[in-house]
Amino acid sequence: MTSVLPYLVAGWICVIGLYGIVTSRHLIHLALCLTVTQSSTYILLLSIGYVNGGGPPIFKGVKLGTTAVDPVVQSLTLTDIVVSLTVLALILALALDVHDELDTMDPDKIVELQG
Amino acid sequence: MTRSVRIGILVPALGLFGFLLAWALVGIPSFGNYRGSYGYILNRVVTPERHMTNVVTGVVFDYRGFDTMGEEFILFAAVVGVVLLLRQGGREEPGDLKDSVGSDGVRLGGTLAVGVCVLVSLWLVAYGFVTPGGGFQGGAALASSVLLVFLVASHKAWSGVASNRVLDPFEGVGAGGYVVIGLGALIGGLPFLTNVLGPGTAGTLWSGGSAAFVNWSAGMEVAAANLILFTEFIDEYVVPLAAEK
Repeated sequence: MTSVLPYLVAGWICVIGLYGIVTSRHLIHLALCLTVTQSSTYILLLSIGYVNGGGPPIFKGVKLGTTAVDPVVQSLTLTDIVVSLTVLALILALALDVHDELDTMDPDKIVELQG
Repeated sequence: MTRSVRIGILVPALGLFGFLLAWALVGIPSFGNYRGSYGYILNRVVTPERHMTNVVTGVVFDYRGFDTMGEEFILFAAVVGVVLLLRQGGREEPGDLKDSVGSDGVRLGGTLAVGVCVLVSLWLVAYGFVTPGGGFQGGAALASSVLLVFLVASHKAWSGVASNRVLDPFEGVGAGGYVVIGLGALIGGLPFLTNVLGPGTAGTLWSGGSAAFVNWSAGMEVAAANLILFTEFIDEYVVPLAAEK
């Protein structure tokens, strides 16, 4: 069971975030749910790269060839976090604009987009 | 689309997703038994070949350096987008907010904390190729430590530190510097972003060669981008809200 548990956790966080996005009643709540969904990819990436008994892939003061976890997925996670931040910033800016224009934060009350 | 329709679509979609996920999980190597070769190879090759002891930063700024340049411009584009969306003409100048922190203890301790945090962030960037850290992590930490000024002093002090006059050059140099370093190698007849300065000495500040400068430009870009985002949200949202009160 423990061998698939991290993947199940990633799957659950992804699904619960998607559920939050679809049923959201507030744009800021929606943006945070999106970051929850995105966090599942960090867990998935890092757990795929984990090696039993592996240390961090940093060899300062550590003998070369020591078992270490996969550095590639870690750098992908870094990219992921940066993208998540930029998306969050843009969504929050758009939400502020919606609030200024339509005076509501409820996605259901934004009936149609106005140019 | 009404709420009930949305949820009606969500339930079967999540069911299908759950099925696909379970199907994928059956075929994935079990946790801890990673079998991919790239990570295995990189962990043995990066330190002897590039004299970098932090393999993750080595991947980000050297082996995958071109990709990271694209990532940096994603950040750059997002900042431009947020500024365009939020910075609208016609809003009145905020004027002086009376938001100075009253407690001397908070001011003194906070100001000291700003210094300590800035130092730690610079250390994170500088030793990115040696110990955990790097341009992205250090840059984000640097932006957060400057944001402390807003929390422990006042909006006035903060806008003095994080003004567009200060931040825009850093943002430009950070994003442009990365490209310039890459083009430098290209002009010399080498592939884009080739390390022209040699690998340096492992375990010291001088490891990574020109990738070290790439690391610094990324740190500068990330710090400036985050600070511009902070200033925009503070000036366009927090300040008008505080002025209403």
